[in-house]
Amino acid sequence: MKRVLIAALLGGTFFGSGLAPTRADDIKIGEINSYSALPGFTEPYRKGWQLAVEEINAAGGINGKTLVVVSKDDAGKPAEAVTAANELVSSEGVAMLAGGFFSNIGLALADFAKQKKVFYFAGEPLTDAMVWAHGNHYTFRLRPSNYMQAAMLAEEAAKLPAKRWATIAPNYEYGQSAVAVFKNLLSAKRPDIEWVGEQWPTQGKIDAGPVVAAIAATQPDAILNVEFGPDLVKLVREGNTRGLFKDRAVVSFLTGEPEYLEPLKDEAPQGWIVTGYPWYGIHTPAHDAFLKAYEAKYNDHPRLGSVVGYTLIKAAAEVLRKAGSTDTDKLVGAAEGLSFPTPFGNATLRAIDHQATLGAFVGKTAVQDGKGVMVDFAYRDGAKYLPPDSEVKTFRPAE
Amino acid sequence: MNQSLLRVESLAKSYHGVPAVRGVSFTLERGEILALIGPNGAGKSTCFNMLNGQIRPNAGTILFEGQDVTASSPRSMWRRGVGRTFQITATFTSMTVRENLQTALLSHAGQLSRPFGKANRAFEVEADALLDRVGLRGQADRSCGELAYGDLKRLELAVALTNSPSLLLMDEPTAGMAPKERADLMRATAAIARERNVGILFTEHDMDIVFEHADRVMVLNRGELIAMGAPDVVRQDRQVRAIYLGEGLVHGDLAAAQVRH
Amino acid sequence: MALYLAQFLTGLAGAASLFLVASGLSIIFGVTRVVNFAHGAFYMVGAYVAYTLTERFEGAIGFWGGIVLSVLVVAALGGLVEILLLRRIYHAPDLFQLLATFGLTLMAEDLVVIIWGPEDLVGPRAPGLKGAVEVLGQAVPSYDLVLIALGPLVLGALWLLFHRTRFGILVRAATQDRDMVAALGVNQKWLFTAVFCLGVGLAALGGALQIPRDAVNHAMDLTVIVEAFVVVVIGGLGSVGGAFLASLLVAELNAFGILVLPGVSLVLVFVVMAVVLVLRPNGLLGRAEAPARGTGQMSSRPWRPLDAKAQFIALVAVAVAALLPLWLGPYGLAVGAEMLIFALFAMSLQFLMSTGGLASFGHAAYFGLGAYGAALAVKSLGWPMIPALGCGVMLGLAGAALFGWFCVRLAGVYFAMLTLAFAQIAWSAAFQWTAVTGGDNGLLGSWPDAWAASPRAFYWLSLAVAVGGIGALRILTFSPFGYGLRAVRDSSLRAEAIGIGRRHTQWVCFIVAGGFAALAGGLFAFLKGSVFPDALGIPTSVDGLVMVLLGGVGTVSGSVLGAVVYKALSVWLISQTDYSKLVLGAAIVGLVVLFPSGIGGFFSAWAGRRRVSTRATAAAPVEAAE
Repeated sequence: MKRVLIAALLGGTFFGSGLAPTRADDIKIGEINSYSALPGFTEPYRKGWQLAVEEINAAGGINGKTLVVVSKDDAGKPAEAVTAANELVSSEGVAMLAGGFFSNIGLALADFAKQKKVFYFAGEPLTDAMVWAHGNHYTFRLRPSNYMQAAMLAEEAAKLPAKRWATIAPNYEYGQSAVAVFKNLLSAKRPDIEWVGEQWPTQGKIDAGPVVAAIAATQPDAILNVEFGPDLVKLVREGNTRGLFKDRAVVSFLTGEPEYLEPLKDEAPQGWIVTGYPWYGIHTPAHDAFLKAYEAKYNDHPRLGSVVGYTLIKAAAEVLRKAGSTDTDKLVGAAEGLSFPTPFGNATLRAIDHQATLGAFVGKTAVQDGKGVMVDFAYRDGAKYLPPDSEVKTFRPAE
Repeated sequence: MNQSLLRVESLAKSYHGVPAVRGVSFTLERGEILALIGPNGAGKSTCFNMLNGQIRPNAGTILFEGQDVTASSPRSMWRRGVGRTFQITATFTSMTVRENLQTALLSHAGQLSRPFGKANRAFEVEADALLDRVGLRGQADRSCGELAYGDLKRLELAVALTNSPSLLLMDEPTAGMAPKERADLMRATAAIARERNVGILFTEHDMDIVFEHADRVMVLNRGELIAMGAPDVVRQDRQVRAIYLGEGLVHGDLAAAQVRH
Repeated sequence: MALYLAQFLTGLAGAASLFLVASGLSIIFGVTRVVNFAHGAFYMVGAYVAYTLTERFEGAIGFWGGIVLSVLVVAALGGLVEILLLRRIYHAPDLFQLLATFGLTLMAEDLVVIIWGPEDLVGPRAPGLKGAVEVLGQAVPSYDLVLIALGPLVLGALWLLFHRTRFGILVRAATQDRDMVAALGVNQKWLFTAVFCLGVGLAALGGALQIPRDAVNHAMDLTVIVEAFVVVVIGGLGSVGGAFLASLLVAELNAFGILVLPGVSLVLVFVVMAVVLVLRPNGLLGRAEAPARGTGQMSSRPWRPLDAKAQFIALVAVAVAALLPLWLGPYGLAVGAEMLIFALFAMSLQFLMSTGGLASFGHAAYFGLGAYGAALAVKSLGWPMIPALGCGVMLGLAGAALFGWFCVRLAGVYFAMLTLAFAQIAWSAAFQWTAVTGGDNGLLGSWPDAWAASPRAFYWLSLAVAVGGIGALRILTFSPFGYGLRAVRDSSLRAEAIGIGRRHTQWVCFIVAGGFAALAGGLFAFLKGSVFPDALGIPTSVDGLVMVLLGGVGTVSGSVLGAVVYKALSVWLISQTDYSKLVLGAAIVGLVVLFPSGIGGFFSAWAGRRRVSTRATAAAPVEAAE
């Protein structure tokens, strides 16, 4: 009776998630992300990698074999991500792991990869620890790291006349390290700068009114923001209403990504210096091809997540192709120094710390036709925003 | 000198400035059955709860076996050898009748912190002997939650006896029982008092029970003792008749009077 | 000075939002005694519905009309839930309704994504209230002023409702004494439905009013439910005035707290709750809870150690489990080990809840302390696995001894909420104390020693520890200590009168339960190879609670069954579908309706009936012969 009931309940609600039938000679990539916890990011992300799989197989697969991505949800919890990784490696026999959004999940997967000697290609997790303090032989990362984004923004911030700076960042490792790196880099460039205030609201629970008032009370010339998602919306709305951003420069992590900018509609902030993805304004052959294919397949425009998903699987396929084998050591060998095409231009997986040199767009926010967009933007190549190799070597643990 | 089992001197308690018990003094000897009666709100329960440590008195002293036990906790009163039953039965409803007794016996033996061994194998003989005593042996394995009220009252008495008390405090031991059961229970209680030389203090609404079984009777009214003595003496006391029983009542009416409660 | 005034006004606006949600929760709990976990879900659905309606209708009438309409729609939805689901389970054991409403919450989180899409939704601003008003040179949003007025307005309306209408008088009477109201012939069914609708409507209003300030998203429910609960408890259960006072206290402390300590909001409400409960065990304006009459919480069949037949079945089950590595691959074994670890965790909570009668909402604290203790011993001290596990257990025991000492001074829901407060304080320590715990990036590299590194070996180790732990807790349950514990639970009055100290006994129970939870947590650290703050977070505590309730709170160890079913279901669903919460929630709701005494409770009742019927048939001929 009970079993019948559960079966009946399950029957109606399965929406296959990468449950494609597989054959023995397929090459499998095990992909893990926070699909149920962060659908806003992971939906476009999934569309991105599904497009990549389609293109790869249409072009003959990997050395003649079909590429299959087996995708799992981690429910936003590191422990569940490890369970999923276990299933993918042990039961599905995947050649490599890929994915992740939250930094702590990325780190858990990286440590799992190290322990089980599996190749892990992280997409989104931004923490510097992924490739430096907790970096390991088996782990690579695609997106420009916290450090790189901070370096890109600090470069712009240094040009501002502002001397009194305040910071608002979510109270966890990502926010803390973003602020720390940004402060270091900016203070190094501009010793005259004074840090006058900081707010650390709990992630997902920002009480925007008091936070805005408290920041305003410190009378900064400029503000660094690391908030994103619903917290960003609340901060922007409250800040606009209270005039916090009037006549103040704001430098903000990730705010130019469509995932975060679009929901704000006509309330999007204006004139913020941000990193992001202005898909509407990038005119390169590589991006045009990607944009066309994506819009044709989904009848929707890509988000940054789409680019991450697409590029992640494309790059993974390059690694598999070059290795010519699914042996982990061969994969690592193939990945180190591998140069691969992306919608943003070519990027390289650095041998020294396994960080990709994929860059980001830095520009200003504006509202056009009732929508938030990025203007005056330029692509910043990630390779130029990393510390010198001699320093990087000291960041990574000896192996 | 021959010490009294229980000596209470000038016990007083007030709630928010309103006196509930005022200067109550009495003694109780071993083997004696003393009834505490009084109309509702006279302070019987307060008095009772002070004797077993549940309520702290504002003034006065309680000497048990010559020692000052004023404001001792219920736990230490139990360890000193005071057993008590409650007006509204308080039993362990998730256990069987026998297990209720075994728990109390284990506590008395100081073994209740033992983390191993089966508690329902402990003190079976002693538990069954007590159950025999109160006539519950046949129901030993029943869940206490499904007992009739009268049986619960008997279980209360059995539990109160597990520490072989020298003083038994019984708060309306027969309330809610059928008349026949009342008499049986009180006969069993009286027998215990005589055999084991236990002093018993009880409150009761049923005047037949009081006058039949008590050696002495105390009458409490508005927190004050207004009479004390042998049943016949108290029954004839004019003040008692005036204040508690109502003028003009004779013995035959007492049974009718208690129906109200 | 101007800043402080502005901050005060902002705090008032926050308090009003909080009060709307909390008052609804308080009213529902006061009358129906339902711990409505789905209250946050109704808040969220209120915001979503209001978003749709206010986007459709324009202008001031469209906006405010949309809000009112969304409140009515969600209140009706609440009524439906009450009639179709809650009515079936009012007579189930305490907290069982929490399980059902938890299932609803899971479903709601996925349903809103299916219906409204995954993106954050930014609703319209209130017409005419987009700007700010200058107060002593500080900009205060005019919408905040509306909220500030609304808080006391709703409080006043509720006061009038409760003091000037027949319905309200019945509600107050029911809050004080449910049985009496029933005895007076009031139709409880419809009173409960109406109260539930009212409470849910207030939650929906709270949610709907957020759309000009917030982004409507599928995680709104969790952010608000815990906070609302904390406010209700600080104010005193069932006291609307208390909820108002507590909202003010929390919101103002937060508004001013961040001026001094910018990161304080992470833990502030829990610290406030802990302090209030330690000083005032029944909240600010709460009265001591009247013990419910004839709760019927425990089954009428007294607990028994396993008889020969049951022992045989248990032995076979363990033997089968021990032989599983012959069939299962590494993944199956890892999942198996996880189920065993959670069985032990759930059993430790069940010992506290069922044997001790102490429902904890923060049991994950000790699980997490065990995990951190073990991982720290490995990482910082370089200890091998077994001593590291011991270190985890010691940390768990120490934490339980410290927190438990305060907790056992309270009872009922207040006890539960104080355990939650301490768990959250422990969580924020793990989260903030980056130097030791690695913050939310966690501790990595806590892998088992070589001898236990293979999935088989670790599975067997987990099996041995889990069976040993569960067995030990069962032995403890039937030992004299277990009887003392049950004595205290059944009647602390009687227990004290036969020389059993309530606090001491319960404190020891709390420590023991914490120790076994820590043991499970330590194993968990080695299973996953890493520890993160979510090991001691609220979701882990709720998981444990769900396992116990699913297994049957009236049983000795039904939670083992509950843990296996729940964990298997959740691991499998997460692996198979992105809508695991929807399916899991639906499954929980289904199980709640089918097995109101839990799965374990159902089986033991079934076995009990069989035993009785065989005895009856055996006895029949004898009676006939007589």
